[in-house]
Amino acid sequence: MKTGVSVFIAAFVALGASWCGFVLAPVLQLGGAKQTVVLQSTDNWPLQRIGEATLGLQVYRAYGCAACHSEQVRQTGAAFEVTLTSLGVQKPSDFVDFTKSLFVLPELADYTNAIATSLNGWKGGLPKTLLTCTDKDIATEMADRLKAVGVKSETGIIATGADIARGWGSRLSVAADYLYDQPVQLGSLRAGPDLANIGVRAPDANWQLQHLYAPKSVTPTSTMPSFKFLFEVRKIGATPSPDALNLPKEFAAADGYEIVPKPEAKQLAAYLLSLKANVPLYEAPFTPAAK
Amino acid sequence: MNPTENKTSCDRELNDSLRVPLLALFGGAAVWLVVGLVLGLIAGIKFHAPEFLGGCPLMTYGRVAPAANDAILYGFCIPAALGVMLWILARLSRQPLALPLVPVVAANLWHLGVFIGTAGILLGASTGHTWLEYPRAASVILFAAFLLIAVSAAATFGWRSEKSLYPSHWFLFAALLWFPWIYSTANLLLNSNQVPRGVVQPIIGWWFANNLVFVWLALVGVGIAFYFLPKIAGRPLASSGYALFGFLTLTFFGTWCGIPQGAPVPAWLPTLSSVAAALTLVPLLAILIVTAKTVCGARVSCMGGSFCYIKFGMMSFIVSGILYVSAACPQYSRILDYTWFGAAQTQLQLLGFAAMILFGAIYELLPSVMGKPLPLPKFAKAHFFLTMIGVLLFVVPLVIAGVVQGEKLADPSIAFADANSAALKFLRVSTTGQLLVLLGAILFAANIFIMTIQWKLGIAKTVIAYLKSPLETLEVKP
Repeated sequence: MKTGVSVFIAAFVALGASWCGFVLAPVLQLGGAKQTVVLQSTDNWPLQRIGEATLGLQVYRAYGCAACHSEQVRQTGAAFEVTLTSLGVQKPSDFVDFTKSLFVLPELADYTNAIATSLNGWKGGLPKTLLTCTDKDIATEMADRLKAVGVKSETGIIATGADIARGWGSRLSVAADYLYDQPVQLGSLRAGPDLANIGVRAPDANWQLQHLYAPKSVTPTSTMPSFKFLFEVRKIGATPSPDALNLPKEFAAADGYEIVPKPEAKQLAAYLLSLKANVPLYEAPFTPAAK
Repeated sequence: MNPTENKTSCDRELNDSLRVPLLALFGGAAVWLVVGLVLGLIAGIKFHAPEFLGGCPLMTYGRVAPAANDAILYGFCIPAALGVMLWILARLSRQPLALPLVPVVAANLWHLGVFIGTAGILLGASTGHTWLEYPRAASVILFAAFLLIAVSAAATFGWRSEKSLYPSHWFLFAALLWFPWIYSTANLLLNSNQVPRGVVQPIIGWWFANNLVFVWLALVGVGIAFYFLPKIAGRPLASSGYALFGFLTLTFFGTWCGIPQGAPVPAWLPTLSSVAAALTLVPLLAILIVTAKTVCGARVSCMGGSFCYIKFGMMSFIVSGILYVSAACPQYSRILDYTWFGAAQTQLQLLGFAAMILFGAIYELLPSVMGKPLPLPKFAKAHFFLTMIGVLLFVVPLVIAGVVQGEKLADPSIAFADANSAALKFLRVSTTGQLLVLLGAILFAANIFIMTIQWKLGIAKTVIAYLKSPLETLEVKP
């Protein structure tokens, strides 16, 4: 490093390499990403937000909600389950006896107690989950053995991990989920819960609005500040506004007044309701709960 | 000609050329530091009293927190670093600053840009990308201002009379190239009308943030420390070889860090980033060796002097680097992502490392540039202890809070609210730390402003004296 030119070249090569790797390559790989197809369906994913939800994303950005909320579900692994759908010609009691005959299999050793408990007192109601929290090999083995005796079963995939167990989502978030977000706001801190699926968890717009106005009125332990300035307190006119919040007494406005969301609040609530990442994808499979 | 006389006259010329640009850069920087820390304190208080300033839409946590971080980074760290950089380049070139008016204009432009950016965030015009929140108008101004300063720096270097390069040159030069490149890339891609779709945005955002907050600050911080440590210790930099090795590995490995391990992006990106983070331990070690060898055994009694600031800064750099690397390790990142740990590392990098080294450098160079000692030397000492204790109180509890919060979040049997409130206890201590850092910053600003006012009064006196002096009568020679 004797001359300025050599320093310049070294720095140029170093930064240029990482620019090619972390700017150019992702743009080439993902810049042209398109909608994907939902697993075992012909639906497209993700859907573009429309109307107020699109504006709501900008409200979310403007107030910096991402400073405290992430929009990403993480998953540590996947568990498999085997669910009976039809016993064929077998009677439930015969089936239970058959299952008990399988208990000698060494690979089932860890699951015999669970299966025995779940079959205890079973009257033959279907569908019946026979085996849960297992790995793929055992689930396949079990399904094969059931098939051999004419019993129909389905093998399901369940995502595992702390985020999933908290009910924040049913699978991990993947790149496709953010295709239409502009800007993408993954967040960096969970001072509040993850919102990747808040539209699934709390699908009621009134709940969302009430929560924005007075978080403690719906979640007493909440540390979220209230966003009262997104609402208007006004005198009830000839007819009460249909949008007025229906609040518990200690949070409600004085008599003769009502609390009405401003457009921004409605947009933000619409955006929050649009946050759903609950369909199985090729890169994030899971078996949706039966409806 | 007498060499010493030559040297002093050269020194005077050099200091004269630097005085106005440096005062312009440092004065604004001191203001933004105080503003940033006040905003940070407001953001911190909101975790203890969520309704604090709650009725004011300008002051939501999501606006105040990024505005605070940006004011400290863009408002203080970058202009202060540029000022110190100009001084070092002029000294090493043994030349007065080239084009001294350009950095004066640039400094004012820069501070205008930070003002527009901060106002933009508070009014809701943030772009939503971390460390790139400033709206387009501010970004364009900042970019132009940086280029102007870089032109002046490059010209000073180009017209140097001392031909050989010193290790600080490598670091500072790379920094001059780094910022325009990453800032233009990030703004052209994320802050334009044609934004790439989906997760490409956060990938570019992480690349930018890593290259700015980790690599750029490391380049200027270490470059400055490698100039001042040997100068104050009165001995040469311990090992140029290690320094070169540290520089090359830092630029080649450090620039690939920054993509979180659990990110919802193609797996090769976080994997590569994780490998690079592990390799970044190499430059950390090299820089630690150079620093330790230069500093250890130096007979400098520094009770709160510049030497202390820069030593503390370098220690923070190593610790912050280790925290950064450990958060990139997949096992730990599962716990540490989305917790206060990340914020702790960032604050240590900004306040413990970059700001500390800049304080030390400014206290060291300002008296020689102004030609008079610091007006309040006791404030400078108190500032060191306040900032040191403040940074420790700020960062250490946040690190612990991050680990505690992460472990509780990883256990779904613990309610979210409990994980959250476990972290809040530590945040109380943190806020105290923030307050101490802010008090220190006010002392710093006081020194800078009194110095500026004294200098302006001095000029005013000269002007008045000149105006009052009787007109010289021309003697007409017969």
